[in-house]
Amino acid sequence: MGAVAAELYSLGHRPNFFYLEHAMGLASSTGLGLSLSLPNKKVIVLDGDGSMLINLGSLSTLARYRPRNLTIVIFDNESLLSVGGFPTATSTGTDLEGIARDAEVPQTGTARSVGEFADRFQNALNTDDLTVLVTKVEAVGPPGFHMDLALLENRFQFQRHIRSLEER
Amino acid sequence: MVVSEESSRTVYNSLKGVGVQLVSALPETWLVHLIRLAEEDPDMTLVRVNKEEEAVGISAGAHLAGKTSAMLMQNHGFFASINGIVSFAMLYRIPLLMIISYRGGMGERDTWQTEGGRVTEPVLQALGINYTMLDSRDTVTHRIKEAHVLAESSLRPVALLLTRDLMWED
Repeated sequence: MGAVAAELYSLGHRPNFFYLEHAMGLASSTGLGLSLSLPNKKVIVLDGDGSMLINLGSLSTLARYRPRNLTIVIFDNESLLSVGGFPTATSTGTDLEGIARDAEVPQTGTARSVGEFADRFQNALNTDDLTVLVTKVEAVGPPGFHMDLALLENRFQFQRHIRSLEER
Repeated sequence: MVVSEESSRTVYNSLKGVGVQLVSALPETWLVHLIRLAEEDPDMTLVRVNKEEEAVGISAGAHLAGKTSAMLMQNHGFFASINGIVSFAMLYRIPLLMIISYRGGMGERDTWQTEGGRVTEPVLQALGINYTMLDSRDTVTHRIKEAHVLAESSLRPVALLLTRDLMWED
């Protein structure tokens, strides 16, 4: 979602990456739809604090259905970086991990360093349960938001990739 | 005055008939039996959402994963999901089968439903969403099948409006 998607792309595209470049808030809901439909596949959503805040109810829906194959990472830079860096409510104390925990998400955590993120993320992959991992990051975005991959090209490529996994 | 169980069953069976495997819903009076049928069906995944816009993401995820889904919501819930419909379903060419209870039309007794009833069709038209009425049990199965076919061939949202004539037994 947003800067997170552009940054992921800048690290190297893979056919199992789907970038939600718009539709703010719906990355976690899309993860829910994917994980419920693909119970034998691990689904990872990389979201931002602004996108999670705009659809907080999603944390509650996720917890209600508890797809065990879903991990949500929220990169919390306390700002709406991609539209100019306006501070979000996490900058004044809103605790997204606390909200996820109280929504009854079974596994939650907050990482404040690269090492802590690596440990907790690996733990989430090894744990067979719904996880929300808030990761505090600096408000520094990717060099640019341009992707040499058309939005629809990515969408059809991703769908075809999932189909190929199912056929295996 | 009760919600029609027979019509609800006809709609539900028609959704099953076009291969719907996942239904997202936010409850409203007219949808009570439809949601119960989904809940009692071991072959159906029912997702009760907190806000209808979530359902756009859920259906998109299901579609990308190769599953057919439907959304059950009231017309006011449709209004609440419009950014998701435009910025995800339309932008990314995701088919949506939206079953919308059309409250606030002729015969509506609840004052609070009446403004939404007036603007439901104009909003659908402004968004360019193909829609048709589900207003008689005789045509429900055919219209749901055709709506599903169009959604899948156009890769766009389509809407079916559940009317008072179909859903309400006076």
